[in-house]
Amino acid sequence: MAKQIKMHLLVCGGTGCRASESESLQAALDRELKANGLENEAKVVTTGCFGFCEKGPIVKVHPDNTFYVEVKPGDASEIIKEHVLKGRKVERLLYSDPQNKEHIPDSKHMGFYRKQIRIALRNCGFIDPENIDEYLARDGYQALGKVLSEMTPEQTIQEIKLSGLRGRGGGGFPTGLKWEITRKSVADQKYVVCNADEGDPGAFMDRSILEGDPHAVLEAMAICGYAIGATKGLIYIRAEYPLAIHRLKIAIDQARNYGLLGSSIFESGFDFDVELRYGAGAFVCGEETALIHSMEGHRGEPTFKPPFPSVEGYLGKPTNVNNVETFANVPIIINKGAKWFASIGTEKSKGTKVFALAGKINNVGLIEVPMGTTLRDVIFEIGGGIKDGKKFKAVQTGGPSGGCLTEKHLDTPIEYDTLIEAGSMMGSGGMIVMDEDDCMVSVAKFYLDFTVEESCGKCSPCRIGNKRLYEMLETITKGEGTMETLDKLRNLSHVIKDTSLCGLGQTAPNPVLSTLDNFREEFIEHVVDKKCRAGVCKSLMRYVVVPENCVGCTACARNCPVNCIKGERKQVHEIDQTACIKCGACYEKCKFNAIEIV
Amino acid sequence: MTKIKSLADLRKKKEEMEQKLKLRETSMNPESYVQIKVGMATSGIASGAREVMDYLMEELEKRGVDAVVTQTGDMGYCFAEPTIEVTRPGEEPIVFGYVDKKKADEIIEKYIKNGELVEGIIPVNYESIDD
Repeated sequence: MAKQIKMHLLVCGGTGCRASESESLQAALDRELKANGLENEAKVVTTGCFGFCEKGPIVKVHPDNTFYVEVKPGDASEIIKEHVLKGRKVERLLYSDPQNKEHIPDSKHMGFYRKQIRIALRNCGFIDPENIDEYLARDGYQALGKVLSEMTPEQTIQEIKLSGLRGRGGGGFPTGLKWEITRKSVADQKYVVCNADEGDPGAFMDRSILEGDPHAVLEAMAICGYAIGATKGLIYIRAEYPLAIHRLKIAIDQARNYGLLGSSIFESGFDFDVELRYGAGAFVCGEETALIHSMEGHRGEPTFKPPFPSVEGYLGKPTNVNNVETFANVPIIINKGAKWFASIGTEKSKGTKVFALAGKINNVGLIEVPMGTTLRDVIFEIGGGIKDGKKFKAVQTGGPSGGCLTEKHLDTPIEYDTLIEAGSMMGSGGMIVMDEDDCMVSVAKFYLDFTVEESCGKCSPCRIGNKRLYEMLETITKGEGTMETLDKLRNLSHVIKDTSLCGLGQTAPNPVLSTLDNFREEFIEHVVDKKCRAGVCKSLMRYVVVPENCVGCTACARNCPVNCIKGERKQVHEIDQTACIKCGACYEKCKFNAIEIV
Repeated sequence: MTKIKSLADLRKKKEEMEQKLKLRETSMNPESYVQIKVGMATSGIASGAREVMDYLMEELEKRGVDAVVTQTGDMGYCFAEPTIEVTRPGEEPIVFGYVDKKKADEIIEKYIKNGELVEGIIPVNYESIDD
């Protein structure tokens, strides 16, 4: 029988490390293992991205957790001979602490793990969401037990206030303050509402929390109910999240069976129960007044604030609306204390934020970082950089209400206020990364298309104004825009922002304004030079034959779906621009680089 | 099911459950179970996590490997779905990405049975808040 493999050398195969020769490093390690007759005792394995690309290539030794950085193929021999054969770590390749320059032999003690801290996602991907016992084993419902038996509602609110927790749905309103206002409203019945109407394109933070850790949200809602004096909780969730709904239903049943929801929880005399309400997927219903109307069975349209829901909400009663991620932070704040929570993050933004990384990025996925982390760390370290080695162009945060940030914003710390200053916003946490192949005018148009579709139509600035904005963007992408169009775009954007009724209209022009500000030269190219540098706006590009390269093979003409390429065999061909539909078939078929995009 | 009536009740229950989980996860007994968690959020299921979970359960049984296969939520590595986390008794958990049936077979034969790592490991890159 073969000897058991005792040691593994994990070589990072992420894009960043591969760019710095991790593949030849791996080959060198393999070679050295064989040369030393160790191939049956140790094995080299490629892994996914360690998220530490700036110090790549990374080699981690398993099981002793040694973490080597900036390893060159030439270092392979030393690692094998010293570490694998003799069990001595190669000091010079160890990661050294940037502060005290000390070598850190064990990856567990490296600061870079701190780039991500999972608080809201603490149980996501760890416990079985359909088994309440696993949640209980992870301190589940301890926080509820603690507030019910040891704290007054006022103390509970005070704790949340001290923690500095702010709304994770996007607005960033202080959660404790919201609870306090709702507590002070006098009524015979109050409600706790969980806003699970996640609608930003590319965002799935709330869905993942509900699918992975539904009890955390239920527990937090009960805590909130106790704090504000409500006995009923409602979760407003999109019907298009069937798995989240399924798991929530199981969780509610299990909590009721244990008496953790229902009457007199922990025999404290406090009653609380949760029900689900389904949304039909309208974006505007993420706005709290529209959400409440939708729950009441009315049209999902917003109404003017004040009165705020905390005074007059669901069925006219005081209602506290918080987002899923906000709630997911509550039990841990109660368990670990406000001080602990407030020690993470920045002065004005405490704790962590979950982001859904999407777009042209290598590690698409769900991440959770402390507030104050820079966009650069998120995109290039955790996200592993831009796909296919392309150049970073912009990152869109805040969904259709946010904006596009550029290279110059990469070192901006992620906080509620800094993002607004930069012309975007935190939003609920969608983060879409764009590269050089994205046309910023088209990106603005995409978001406007979304808001035009989702506008409820109640107020005219939003209903009519956004449609006009969209049309103007369309004329620009068609090459029919002028410099005057750009001025009009800006003016109308400000009118819509100033006069719309709800958050949807007030923020809908943000993608237009931020791209106009940050990518003005690209807009000017579209209207003055009639050019789209990313090659996205089809009306602005032409396929032409390069006569010097054309050998007259007729491949292009045979593959043209509209027969607009003329030319004899072995003669230079020509494309009829009036008939060309710009499908690109000729460009792909030509083997002689004789078709050019201009 | 017995109701949990007080914080003391809850703490007792917690300890009980924690013991159970601990036994399952970190027992030093070589004959104890290998634990496998399959990331079953929307993104995982869409990429075939359900088939992989079924396959793992069937095959482990067929091949006589004592293992517990459970589901869990989104581990966050959507680019590498389906993802599974394998914990061999007494060892640190290892996450594997892009697990299809073929990869699952390799993981059972090489890692679960012999402790030999295979390609497709997703390194942990976050800090947990557990004490």
